[in-house]
Amino acid sequence: MPALERQLDVLQRFCHGDVDAFEALFRQHQGEVYRWILRIVRDSAIAEDLTVETFWRIHRAHARFDPTRSFEAWARRIATNAALDHLKSAPQESELPDDLPQSTLPDPGISQELRQKTAYAFGRLPPKLRIAATLALIEEQPYKEIAEALGISTQAVKLRVFRAVRLLRKYLRQQGIEP
Amino acid sequence: MTPGNEDRIKHLLKQSISPTSIQPRAVLQRDLWTAMRHRLDEGSATVPWFDWALLAAVAVCLVLFPRAIPVLLYHL
Repeated sequence: MPALERQLDVLQRFCHGDVDAFEALFRQHQGEVYRWILRIVRDSAIAEDLTVETFWRIHRAHARFDPTRSFEAWARRIATNAALDHLKSAPQESELPDDLPQSTLPDPGISQELRQKTAYAFGRLPPKLRIAATLALIEEQPYKEIAEALGISTQAVKLRVFRAVRLLRKYLRQQGIEP
Repeated sequence: MTPGNEDRIKHLLKQSISPTSIQPRAVLQRDLWTAMRHRLDEGSATVPWFDWALLAAVAVCLVLFPRAIPVLLYHL
């Protein structure tokens, strides 16, 4: 059976609740879903937990999936929602996670204190704005991809990024920094 | 806000919070299927809240209207 037909067969079996098909899809997409969630939550252990949570939601919603559409895009949308739910329920970040390295090419004009204050201010942003700003400004993902994952228009993503930047500047000013 | 201002904020952000692509754990280090399998088994063992609500409603009906018991048994 050609690869394309085999993939469609797996997706159709998944729609009918076949656990073997679900396992095949899980093994095929777990890495990509993990990477996407990691971009949002920035913590590998949480990203692993949320990957399982995402596939649990995928499994429960199997009957609603249209096998003619992209499984990757659908999974990414569910993963984004799971990550957003996590950010809403988690306490706001006061400092960077331990396993997050600094930039590979640090700018000598930006002090460590300024970096910490920026990270703190960024952690205070509302989750919906933080996700859009993280994906667009830090991870540099295409706006179209972010829009699909968030289930909103490209214009709405741009608006969220704009609002995030404006709010970030306000928080930085409150800390005595003029960005 | 000018594009220049946004670029400055973007630069500041990237200096403060690095992209995940340079993180040591940017790639999934282990197969999560075992954890997923565990979650599936847990999920299938739990009873949805709606079923509990339905059971409670039936129990209340039977307490309030005991004559309904034979009718219920007939329909089971």
